[in-house]
Amino acid sequence: MKRVPITGGRMVLTEDEQAIQTRHLGFTISPHEECAVEEAVRIVEAQGGEVVVLTLGPAEAEEQLRDCLAIGADRGILLRAEEEWDPQGTAAAIVDVIRGEEPFDLILFGNESADAGNYQVGIRVAYALGSPVVNGLKKIEVRDGRVRCERDVGGARDVYEVPLPAVLTTLEGLNLPRYPSVPGRLRAKSKPLAVLEPARPASKLEKLRLVVPEGQGKQAEILGSGPEAAPKVVEVMQALGVA
Amino acid sequence: MSTLVFVEPDDELSLQALAFARQLGDVKAVSVAGPYAPFAWAAAIATASGDAEAIVAAGSDRGNELLAHVAARLDQPFAANVTAVDGDVVTRIRWGGSLYEEARLHGSPRILTVAPHAHAADAQAASVPVEQLAIPTDADTTVRVLESVEEQSGGVSLRDAKVVVSGGRGVGSAEGFTVIEELAELLGAAVGCSRVVTSAGWRPHTDQVGQTGTKISADLYVACGISGATQHIAGAKGAKKILAINSDVEAPILASADYAVIGDLHEIVPAISAELRRVREA
Repeated sequence: MKRVPITGGRMVLTEDEQAIQTRHLGFTISPHEECAVEEAVRIVEAQGGEVVVLTLGPAEAEEQLRDCLAIGADRGILLRAEEEWDPQGTAAAIVDVIRGEEPFDLILFGNESADAGNYQVGIRVAYALGSPVVNGLKKIEVRDGRVRCERDVGGARDVYEVPLPAVLTTLEGLNLPRYPSVPGRLRAKSKPLAVLEPARPASKLEKLRLVVPEGQGKQAEILGSGPEAAPKVVEVMQALGVA
Repeated sequence: MSTLVFVEPDDELSLQALAFARQLGDVKAVSVAGPYAPFAWAAAIATASGDAEAIVAAGSDRGNELLAHVAARLDQPFAANVTAVDGDVVTRIRWGGSLYEEARLHGSPRILTVAPHAHAADAQAASVPVEQLAIPTDADTTVRVLESVEEQSGGVSLRDAKVVVSGGRGVGSAEGFTVIEELAELLGAAVGCSRVVTSAGWRPHTDQVGQTGTKISADLYVACGISGATQHIAGAKGAKKILAINSDVEAPILASADYAVIGDLHEIVPAISAELRRVREA
């Protein structure tokens, strides 16, 4: 799970061009992972077990881990990293943690993070563990030591079935994540949360700087105000050949 | 730079990736047939790459997935959704295209996908011969597509619709979408919405336009009561023209829109529907 800023309408960079200026922004769980956490909680509610939530991020990512604990995860692990790590380093640190735990039946990731969008951490973890991995899922059914899952592929749904243990990566739309309840938030405060400080390896996908794309230079033409603008709107639609 | 390019048949994004790779040097285009099995397909691509200096595919769902498999297999870095290559420095998109990253790719071969619509396909790309790869006999097919179920789609598909009429937080409720649906019906348009709307449960996720929803390519996108967060614009910017209907003249959507009407969408949208009917009856 990854902590990401809620970016609003426009991105502003820090002076060193290494990050988005987040002084005035709130943070959230990257959307695909939010669905992964919800799905894990639902599976364990129905079939028993334990949900462990892991993130690699700054100390403040405890906020997002507590949000996950508030909707029903049992414990959290924070791999503290004040700077952003590259996908190989991130995957290696996650693999180290997983190897130190009792074996998991299911390991869920978002298909890609909202911010970096590197599309690979889950797949790298699967290769390191020798597990099957199915990507981009909007439906997951765990039954009798196997998982049947579905992926949208433009006009059709591809169906996969793999044995556990397995790595799965999810997309938003898999489910509608619940909001944390007040009692859930209270319970989350006393749930276990381990903080580890892994050493950062050298980046092989080494971020040099971020660049805000030039705007499209658009300044919307105001067609009018209120319902009186309707005839003008229909004229524009006719001119575009869509009315 | 000698480059191995993975292409899919009849795929515009693959042709764009091929055209992009041709700028870097010699290309060898390959594809794999049969039911999709990512571990096995990645094994075939890795084997075929030989001493290629780069491995390239389209930044599609499948291209990104397969090259991540190839990179994990070869234990090399992978840059997804690249728009430019300069030596070992790539420019790639973040936040669904709202931000660029320049990064040094410390790998050999260089493994990357090409961001959709970052580079135009050309006739030469379409005429490059494509070699069909065989799956290695010892390849792992534990993960494979068992069946592909056709979607029973009712109505206009959001992705391919000529016109999309979309509502955001400003619509106020699930019931509020009646006026959006009415206008969409008159225009033969698909109904869309922003992420706030699906998170609130007013509309299904399949209606969501955005970075984590559907990326549209309409001739006209009508954005009603949508503020224009970057997450939303990432899905809407493929539209040729954007009309924003918003009560806030300062809303960020106006910086991405071509036309705007300022005011309450609950008054304006029904007035547009009424005017369309009037014009058609006249």
